[in-house]
Amino acid sequence: MQEHKLSRRIFLKSSGGAAAVVGTAGAALVPGAAHAEAPGSSTSTNLSYPKRSVGKAGGMPVNQAVNFNYPDASSPCVAIRMGSAVPGGIGPNKDIVAYSTLCTHMGCPVQYEGGTKVFKCGCHYSMFDAENGGQMVCGQATEDLPRVLLDYDAKTDTVSAVGVDGLIYGRQANIL
Amino acid sequence: MTTTTKDRIALPPKDAQRTNMTCHFCIVGCGYHVYKWDANREGGRAAGQNALGVDFTKQVPPLAITMTKAMTNTITDHSGKRWNIMIVPDKGCSVNSGLSSTRGGKMASYMYAHDGIGKERLKNPRINRGDQWLDTSWDNALAIYAGLTKKILDTDGPSGLLYDCFDHGGAGGGFENTWGTGKLMFSALQTPMVRIHNRPAYNSECHATRDMGVGELNNSYEDAQLSDCIIATGCNPYETQTNYFLNHWLPNLNGGTVEKKKKWFPGEAAAAAKIVIVDPRRSATVAICEQIAGKDNVLHLDIEPGSDTALFNTLLTYVVDQGWHDKDYIAKFTKGFDDAMKVNRMSLEDGSKATGIPVAKIRQAAEWAYKTKASGHRPRTFHAYEKGIIWGNDNYVIQSALVSLVLATQNVGRRGTGVCRMGGHQEGYTRPPYPGDKKIYIDQEVIQGRGLMYTIWGTNPFQTTLNAEEHRRVLGKRAQIVREAMSRARGASVEQMVDVIYDACKNKGGMYVVGINLYPTTLAEEAHMLLPAAHPGEMNLTSMNGERRLRLSEKFMDPPGSAKPDCLIAADIANTLKAMYARDGKADMAKRFEGFDWKTEEDAFNDGFRRAGRPGVGPIDSQGGDTGYLATYALLRKAGNNGVQLPIKRVEGDKMIGTEMAYMDGKFDTKDGKAEFKPAPWNGLPKTVADQKAKHRFWINNGRANEVWQTAYHDQYNSFVRDRYPSAFIEMNPEDARSMGVTAGDVVEVFNDFGSTYAMAYPQKAIKAGQTFMLFGYIRGVAGDVTSPWVDRNVVPYYKGTWASIKRVGSVDDWKQSISFKERRYA
Repeated sequence: MQEHKLSRRIFLKSSGGAAAVVGTAGAALVPGAAHAEAPGSSTSTNLSYPKRSVGKAGGMPVNQAVNFNYPDASSPCVAIRMGSAVPGGIGPNKDIVAYSTLCTHMGCPVQYEGGTKVFKCGCHYSMFDAENGGQMVCGQATEDLPRVLLDYDAKTDTVSAVGVDGLIYGRQANIL
Repeated sequence: MTTTTKDRIALPPKDAQRTNMTCHFCIVGCGYHVYKWDANREGGRAAGQNALGVDFTKQVPPLAITMTKAMTNTITDHSGKRWNIMIVPDKGCSVNSGLSSTRGGKMASYMYAHDGIGKERLKNPRINRGDQWLDTSWDNALAIYAGLTKKILDTDGPSGLLYDCFDHGGAGGGFENTWGTGKLMFSALQTPMVRIHNRPAYNSECHATRDMGVGELNNSYEDAQLSDCIIATGCNPYETQTNYFLNHWLPNLNGGTVEKKKKWFPGEAAAAAKIVIVDPRRSATVAICEQIAGKDNVLHLDIEPGSDTALFNTLLTYVVDQGWHDKDYIAKFTKGFDDAMKVNRMSLEDGSKATGIPVAKIRQAAEWAYKTKASGHRPRTFHAYEKGIIWGNDNYVIQSALVSLVLATQNVGRRGTGVCRMGGHQEGYTRPPYPGDKKIYIDQEVIQGRGLMYTIWGTNPFQTTLNAEEHRRVLGKRAQIVREAMSRARGASVEQMVDVIYDACKNKGGMYVVGINLYPTTLAEEAHMLLPAAHPGEMNLTSMNGERRLRLSEKFMDPPGSAKPDCLIAADIANTLKAMYARDGKADMAKRFEGFDWKTEEDAFNDGFRRAGRPGVGPIDSQGGDTGYLATYALLRKAGNNGVQLPIKRVEGDKMIGTEMAYMDGKFDTKDGKAEFKPAPWNGLPKTVADQKAKHRFWINNGRANEVWQTAYHDQYNSFVRDRYPSAFIEMNPEDARSMGVTAGDVVEVFNDFGSTYAMAYPQKAIKAGQTFMLFGYIRGVAGDVTSPWVDRNVVPYYKGTWASIKRVGSVDDWKQSISFKERRYA
């Protein structure tokens, strides 16, 4: 019980104090109405994820976290233009990736560290590699960081979120 | 809902069955709950509609729950009915308070499902016929096993029967199974040719501390919340005792328990704990402690490998010279202090020279740990240690030096203190006494061609022993002799086959190898027979953790196929032999195999753990002690995940009352009750090891990584682990790597006079020049291949004392593209 109290304190510390290391280059989107079908629908084996614009690829600063929420307002995510091509990257340079920022272990917010390009959780010290599909570098999670699946429209230079690979912390299903 | 959807899980309905489970894996033994329900049903999202009582209609806030996809599975019982399971940490368990580690959090995934991670489990006995593995019946397998055993026993005596067997708790162990196997080996077969799962003889990892009267698990996890200082030597608890560290050390290091300390110890100065970490390597724990406590409160003593004895002797000398030792306590409760001081005395300057630690740092450590507090009280210092010492440079001498320092400063038997091993597996030992009077180096028996039949039970020396390449090479050659003989015995009856095997072993230098395990494992490369075992959840199983906390993990599913608990396999072997001897009319021999008429694992628990110390019963070595009989399955079910700390003092109503801390009365485990100081001469490195150091450039430190449990017997099938570490990694200094043209993800050969192995290069800034750290015991890339055969006086190996050369072999493009080679230390 004590652990929860203490960890919450660390969580507050890390979500406030450590925010300085995160480039918050503008939350790019306004949450819209989710149009997911209820889980358990007999007509589909996939959850129905909304398509949401994250922003223009050209307008994304290099190696800074762009905050957005997906698939709904209570699920914080970031998109990052890494600066060079990475596995699963999209956009003109195949370098844009996005992740849920809730640690898969116990849901504390992970912080993006530009110097190492790693997401770090201040609660139990898990780390995830932004350049490598969110792979856990070391830590107590049992899953890598959920990857937000992105779509790129070259005509309009628009990056859109279209799905999530991996269960977002604190949910029975990614679509509420 | 199938196991392939990654973005949703089924919730347990309110009426789901809930049972208790202590984590299968590390010593800490976190408490978990197992939910099981009909796979065609599921709970709703509203808090009132699911068994977790959590509202999933909206985003659950941080730290409210630990529930991941890995904590779920769908199993099928023997009737074909499908069940969903969820195994989540128990918030009410005082060990972990709802935390899960990356190892325990995967338990549900590792329970058997025909299409799941565990699908390679052994389901039925297997026999190797020539060049392939074939399933067979228990009757057939037991007839061969018992037939060969009997022939050897009758002709050559028990010394022809070799065993390598677990002695621990948790999965692949437990009080039921150590008793079952022990009764078979020691009472029935009476063979002394037995080694333990991680070392080449039947010995302890803690001889010295026990000889000094101090058992190695003498405090509670709560004491780590109460210490003024923690001295952690050769252990890396963030990665290997995770929730002990996160739930009990962390709140002390960040000051969260100051009020608790004031309440427990009125009038004593209380502050956040300081920590001294003795480890040649900057471990993940060092880095994280700096985050928690601040760098000023963490002292990392990065000693020269193998110099621990010199450090402890220097600290003891300095403490005594400062007058910080407890003279009254030494006089009243101990003996041998003056004699030990004559040998152990070492000046700060000599200590600094031997350890490579500056004098100022040694003095600083002594002041933190032993200098009288501002309030005039003696500091409460907890000394934690594990494989850095246990697999260190002369286990017996290092422990003698450490425990002497602890006794001199009365850091045992007081709350907030303790001198404890951190542990690997959980514990769970109940066995008849070992039937021998000396320690036999079993690996060397195998290498030198002795022994005829080798049963390797719940362990895998191919991946974990020392001098492993030589051991594997010889065993492989001897196994092949038997394999060839068997392949020519077409259509043989069981009796004929036993004769063929015996002849190959006795007259041609062969050895018959049997593996008893959950999976085929790499043993299948050499073995002739594999018998399928069960793990907790598929059987009821009791173990105790690092604070002697006894819990019952409850059975909630069937083992796969005809697999069964180890204790019942032992009973099957004994009963088969009993029947054979009865048929021969050898009543005296048949009698030796009596007492295995167990129907369930609870029968084995009652026969061993609950019988130890009872009037009229022969001697039994049991961690439950003479009051073990007070524990019953029924009481343990009631006690749940908090169980009881051994030894049990008494039972009040339906509650067992245990022991939080040992030696509070000053009575130690020696004949006269006095703790005994031990001389601990500092002798430098053993010659075998020093010779390798002189010849080879790199120290091959080796040990565990957070994400991998044991030999990766489950993890090798889990992409989360396997894709992270497709091979054992070796952390190297980046400049050293560059000098050899090695980059991250390259394959390197690690070699010396004893063997050679491959590893995946993982350059890390934290690694010093000339040093490395290689993942131990892994499925691919066996660190033990380059470990020397040197052992201490009790046949305890020096796994950490390995020096070797390294050269680049090549690179695997896939590894370079898909694996993260970032810093593993949180900064």
